[in-house]
Amino acid sequence: MDKVIASRTKGLTDVPFHYCPGCAHGIVHRLVAEVLEELEIMEKTIGVAPVGCSVFAYNYFNMDMQQAPHGRAPAVATGIKRVHPHSVVFTYQGDGDLAAIGTAEIVHAAARGENITVIFINNTTYGMTGGQSAPTTLLGQKTKTTPLGRDKEVNGYPIRVAEMLSTLEGAAYIARTAVFDPPHVNKTKKAITKAFNTQLKGLGFSMVEVLANCPTNWNMTPLDSLEWLKENMVPYYPLGEFKVSEEVDRNAS
Amino acid sequence: MHHEIIIAGFGGQGILFAGQLLTHAGMVEGKHVSWIPSYGPEMRGGTANCSVVISDRGISSPIVTEPTILMAFNGPSLEKFENRIKPEGFIFYNSSIIKRDPQNPKASSYGVPVNEMAEGLGNSKVANMVMLGALIEITKIVSPETLLLSLEKALGRRKKNMLSLNEEALKAGREYAVQRLK
Amino acid sequence: MPKELMDGNRAMAEAAVRAGCRYFFGYPITPQSEIPEYLSLRLPQVGGVYLQAESEVSAINMVYGAAGAGARVLTASSSPGISLMSEGISYIAAAELPCVIINVMRGGPGLGNIAPAQGDYNQAVRGIGHGDFNLIVLAPNSVQEMADYTILAFELADKYRNPVMILVDGLLGQMMEPVEFKEEPPKQFPKPWATTGAKDRPRNIINTLFIEPEELERLNLKLQEKYEQIKQEECRCENYLTEDAEIIVAAFGSCSRIAKAAVEEARELGIKAGLCRPITLWPFPEESVRKAAQKAKACLTAEMNAGQMVFDVRMALKDRIPVHHYGRMGGAVPTPGEILAQIKKIEVQING
Repeated sequence: MDKVIASRTKGLTDVPFHYCPGCAHGIVHRLVAEVLEELEIMEKTIGVAPVGCSVFAYNYFNMDMQQAPHGRAPAVATGIKRVHPHSVVFTYQGDGDLAAIGTAEIVHAAARGENITVIFINNTTYGMTGGQSAPTTLLGQKTKTTPLGRDKEVNGYPIRVAEMLSTLEGAAYIARTAVFDPPHVNKTKKAITKAFNTQLKGLGFSMVEVLANCPTNWNMTPLDSLEWLKENMVPYYPLGEFKVSEEVDRNAS
Repeated sequence: MHHEIIIAGFGGQGILFAGQLLTHAGMVEGKHVSWIPSYGPEMRGGTANCSVVISDRGISSPIVTEPTILMAFNGPSLEKFENRIKPEGFIFYNSSIIKRDPQNPKASSYGVPVNEMAEGLGNSKVANMVMLGALIEITKIVSPETLLLSLEKALGRRKKNMLSLNEEALKAGREYAVQRLK
Repeated sequence: MPKELMDGNRAMAEAAVRAGCRYFFGYPITPQSEIPEYLSLRLPQVGGVYLQAESEVSAINMVYGAAGAGARVLTASSSPGISLMSEGISYIAAAELPCVIINVMRGGPGLGNIAPAQGDYNQAVRGIGHGDFNLIVLAPNSVQEMADYTILAFELADKYRNPVMILVDGLLGQMMEPVEFKEEPPKQFPKPWATTGAKDRPRNIINTLFIEPEELERLNLKLQEKYEQIKQEECRCENYLTEDAEIIVAAFGSCSRIAKAAVEEARELGIKAGLCRPITLWPFPEESVRKAAQKAKACLTAEMNAGQMVFDVRMALKDRIPVHHYGRMGGAVPTPGEILAQIKKIEVQING
């Protein structure tokens, strides 16, 4: 018999992704699914899908799922977690969902130390609605609704969510990673593992912000988009761990 | 028996509490009862008031527009409600601060100097109990024993030390009614 | 159980606990605050969770999550807060999740005031959110009913997998009356669809997104079929002195108490008046309204709004008799005398 050296994670269903070619959602979905499988917690995990490109996440993650109204995933997750405190609950949200319409929900979930894990995809744009500007759109970046580039006089400044949430006492683990090359994909998986371990230890709110590309709406080839991400997003959105409560480091590394 | 009662005065005079106590006692005695705090236009004018209905029959409207009994703890309350009393109704008023007689000839009016009497007992806060004492003595709407039971329940363990003072105030009100009002 | 003297808000809160509800998510707003205040102490005593959300928007979505996870869950708010919840309520109805929503109505529109009003009738029975869906709407008119119908609300919610609204106002919420809680345990319903973790069963998905129109239409048809069944089985109405009544006063909730007093006073004057009180506002008890008006020559709806129930009454009576309206708005409460004056006016019109 041939030796199996790699296989599709059981954390994902067989439904083919609808994502555009080169989109980072597929990678991050796989990472989350692999972590849940490796931690052997799929049977007790309930995921919450957002509104945005990843709205169909409930079709892909092979576990109980609820689909939430736009921006409300942390509130929906709170309801689930309070009913099943021993289950594992995560949300998967984009930057329009989390950093614009859902700002109140994410801030207060973090402030409460809600024991959930948030996977936050920051690709500086509203993907599903066709590439409008997001709270995370960089200054000067052209989008469908900032055709001349984001102007701070008109639209203000992009929000650094990881830094903002890391100021909150209830946040136990906050990290920002990126998926522009394999080493960073591996680092992202490690951060996601740490985030779920934080929840499993009951330490409080955990979030991994993942810098992601959107080749379609950025009007770039996938390769160019990864390069753009590295050159433009990383300087404004520095990578690293912003909040690791002592207990996380002690218990959950 | 069917009584519709308005209790009115300044906030802080124990108006709502007095109403609840009376309502509870009515319930304990097997009557139909209802209590509502001030509502609508009655809320204006710096007065607190509540409506209590105590009846042998089911209560349709808990809202009292023409009371059979008015308990007025200050001047504005008397002014507002004195002409709405049903014929053969009762007006109990705080004669410590209301220095005139009610102007409703169809109602029986009883002035009780509840402020002075409460202060005489050592605590101005029990003026409401003095008035309740006079009320039940004259109208027999509930028995003093039931009212005491309700009082005990309302004060609970936390304010049990207040029970004897409140009891004295009720008694003082009843005695005043017997000696001065009958 | 001995009777207790309780206000309506606390009676609903206690009844929810007795109905097996262990989760409350809400946001403070007058005149319903006694409910969260009571439950913030009571729920932890029975192993439940009280959580004050950051907004009504969040609160209803916490309810959505908890209901999807299989719990009996409650939220309560007052008019402006309910408006904020409307998106989430549409999701809950679409996902066919059971929950109970209490609206202790206040004066509107806008910020309005905190006085009792019934201006959210239309919102509750036909306009609470986007899309074709219905809430079951219960309108108690006493503290005892507020307790009883809270328990019923949880049972109906689970039975039909549908959100149920208890529509009351600040007058009922603050009113104290004797209440007796039944000792019998609440009816429970299995929830195999809940997201509890997919162990030893296929995974469960709570979702309201259906990209294919035919698929979404199938959901709609299923909902409509369910609503039809609810219409057949759950209409509730109280008719009082209606058998020989020539004038029917239709009123719900707190206003029905005032209307009842007016009807009694009319009877004392020899006017054949009767009260028809819809208890379920949706489904609207058309059959009972028709029955109440069998001998009637005219109908008067008495409401604390601009006549929002008139449409439903006219539909039920198929415009066989004229339907008049008397209403107060903005938190003003009608007196029995005001309604009686309207009855007298109509009496003159029909009998000369």
